[in-house]
Amino acid sequence: MGFEKFGEISYITETKVSDFVKHLEEGEIAAVKCKACGKLYFPPRADCIDCLSSDVEWIPLSGRGKLITYTTAYFAPAGFEAPYTLALAELEEGVRVFTRISKDAKQDEIELGMNVKLVPVRVDDRRITYELKKA
Amino acid sequence: MNTRVAVVGVGQTAFTRSCGVSIRELCFEAFKEAMEDAGNVSTKDIDASIICSAPEYDKQRSPSGLIAEYLGLNPKPTFLAEAICASSSVGTRIGWSFIRSGLHQVIAVVGFQKMSELTSAESQERMLRGGDIMWESPFGAMMPAYYAMFARAHMNEYGTTEEQLAKVKVKSSKYSVMNPKAMYQKEITLEKALKSRVITSPLKLFDCCANADGASCMILAGEDVAKKLTDTPVWITGLGLASASMSLTGRKTVSSLSCAVEAGKQAHKMADLKPDDIDVAEVHDCFTIAEIMAYEDLGFCKRGEGGKLIDDEETYIGGRIPVNADGGLLSKGHPIGATGGSQIRTIVLQLRGDAGKTQVDGAETGLVHNIGGIGLYGSVIIFRR
Repeated sequence: MGFEKFGEISYITETKVSDFVKHLEEGEIAAVKCKACGKLYFPPRADCIDCLSSDVEWIPLSGRGKLITYTTAYFAPAGFEAPYTLALAELEEGVRVFTRISKDAKQDEIELGMNVKLVPVRVDDRRITYELKKA
Repeated sequence: MNTRVAVVGVGQTAFTRSCGVSIRELCFEAFKEAMEDAGNVSTKDIDASIICSAPEYDKQRSPSGLIAEYLGLNPKPTFLAEAICASSSVGTRIGWSFIRSGLHQVIAVVGFQKMSELTSAESQERMLRGGDIMWESPFGAMMPAYYAMFARAHMNEYGTTEEQLAKVKVKSSKYSVMNPKAMYQKEITLEKALKSRVITSPLKLFDCCANADGASCMILAGEDVAKKLTDTPVWITGLGLASASMSLTGRKTVSSLSCAVEAGKQAHKMADLKPDDIDVAEVHDCFTIAEIMAYEDLGFCKRGEGGKLIDDEETYIGGRIPVNADGGLLSKGHPIGATGGSQIRTIVLQLRGDAGKTQVDGAETGLVHNIGGIGLYGSVIIFRR
């Protein structure tokens, strides 16, 4: 339990990395680091693909990164309200994140390669997510 | 054994918005056409059936059981092959392996999808779950949005334009009106394509394929049987299949589909051919950008020159490498599980010289590129007459 609070709509309730949501509620974007081989994972995962160890720890990320690509959806699947902008960014730790760009950002300000910052954001009283802001 | 494997019969229903029949009847229509095309084959000669579908669109659980019964294929083995939009290409690969191993001699590969069976709301709900449901769907990710992100990256990296994307749709609609089984029977002008409403930037309505109902079928046979059945067997000479991460965060590049590059290399190596040796191709143009990426991923042009290839009309019939002469997914329609089989049917007809108004003169080698989802499964199959 715990992961059902993540994102605009969640499809998963149980995962070994549900503490990610707790870190998010504390204002932190956390990645997972394998204690055995040191590999860093984001999005977080509980099991290391390189050494097959499940002994992992949480490591905070700076959130700083660069925009790789994006799209603004003017048509939304059921349960979502268009328009919204989806994006892929590379964070300075070398991992990538898929999320939305903040509605604060104007369309003509968004360009590939621009500096972005990944920050936790409340969806409502219960739900929490993260989004990219122009840095 | 090492027998060669041929396609000896192909069939396909019309691809439509709403077929008005049940899935068993839809599959029967494609099966009947393939059996009649194969000629002297009866249902008793079919050693196994491979049914291909993306089952999240089916009301029927385990549809392979139902389809095999309706086609009269009991008690021979049957099962479902699933790789979303690449399901029937994967079914073909399994069929090839069965024949090659000596386990079976003649196989029916039946692909279908009745996408109108779901309500619009049900369909939208499934569309959301096509990406990683833990880390990507919660933000409202959907199939067109992923391809729009590929398009944006491709434009930024190589200067590909919205006009070049639209030209892919113009080409596909030119050929779909010559294909009586295609869903769109109207040519789309460049102006109309460019003026269509934005769905998810930079992709517009006419950059996207449409859901459809339809079924496809092919009959595969080993060399001994194939030579008895037909004077025009079309041989499967190269098979490539690869995967890539389901999540976009796991991809090293977003202006190319790595699974297609890998599958293409495998298929060309096995067939002992170079991309320049291919006479006619079917590629997975679920979105216009997908066709541009396919040109590059398959080596039909250099990386970044996909836009120029369509500008120069090199992928039209009469060009260097005609692509999607049947209208492609964009204009023929895309009934997920049936698509690979429909692409293969088009190539088989081309290599036999039976493609009518869209015949590529003297085509001897053909290629089918069929992608699952946002590039998590990539299949490339090469055929020779």
